[in-house]
Amino acid sequence: MTITDFLFFAFAGVTVAAALGVVASKNPVHSALFLVLTFFSCSAIWLMLEAEFLAITLVLVYVGAVMVLFLFVVMMLDINVAKMREGFVSYLPVGALFAFLMLAIMVYVVGPVGPDVMGTAALDNAVRHAADYSNTEALGEILYTDYVLAFEIAAIILLVAIIAAISLTLRRRPTTKYQTPDKQIRVKRDDRLKIIESDAEVLK
Amino acid sequence: MIGLTSYLTLGAILFAISIAGIFLNRKNIVVILMCIELMLLAANINFIAFSHYLNDSAGQVFVFFILTVAAAEAAIGLAILVTLFRSRRTIDVEDLDALKG
Repeated sequence: MTITDFLFFAFAGVTVAAALGVVASKNPVHSALFLVLTFFSCSAIWLMLEAEFLAITLVLVYVGAVMVLFLFVVMMLDINVAKMREGFVSYLPVGALFAFLMLAIMVYVVGPVGPDVMGTAALDNAVRHAADYSNTEALGEILYTDYVLAFEIAAIILLVAIIAAISLTLRRRPTTKYQTPDKQIRVKRDDRLKIIESDAEVLK
Repeated sequence: MIGLTSYLTLGAILFAISIAGIFLNRKNIVVILMCIELMLLAANINFIAFSHYLNDSAGQVFVFFILTVAAAEAAIGLAILVTLFRSRRTIDVEDLDALKG
């Protein structure tokens, strides 16, 4: 057993155990923290596959942003944990059965046991790159040439997500006073000024 | 000796766990969203493993886009969740039957 094998099994074991923790935790906060652990160990596995840029992105984007968002929402909402856990045990057999069936089928198709329908066992021409190989550079070279349109669409998707998230959660309280600039600009003299005609009074 | 099949099996195990998670935690939308993130992670492991063993960087570009879409999905999903909780005071899936589906 080489050091690479040992590292793979260590990180894969942590990933699977943490994923089980996500599913089985009573408290959603613990689930979110287990998901952080899953992402961390998974990014270590991606590092072993020489996808350094994506491994760092996974930690920065997922652990740094998405999981913090999850934790924020979980802590903000007042969830009755006990009520949420109702039916966990009664769904356990059917859930485990479905998961086991799917796992059996997928391992049969792509895994180390089975008839090797996809020919994945023979696919082992992985090239270990030299120490000065830059994964980020290689990724950037095709991302900004061959996939530039998809890259721009991804940017639009993120923009739409920002607008949607803000417009969904923006709340106008009726008690708060706001300025409405368009009304302020459209104001006319007649709205503000009223000229009352009256006789001139003579001072004594 | 670990090879492509080991990584694909890891992806399959993660996917199966998240399927089970959706079945077991079907009352709690937050955990369901987390399980969806786990599924996307399993798909990403497959993409990166194939990218490595086929020596083709295109798989990593796809992972990049999947990460983008997953982040957008999580942001919008949680925004909907917050709005839902504000109006209904619950995120129990069984109470959300206003559409009579």
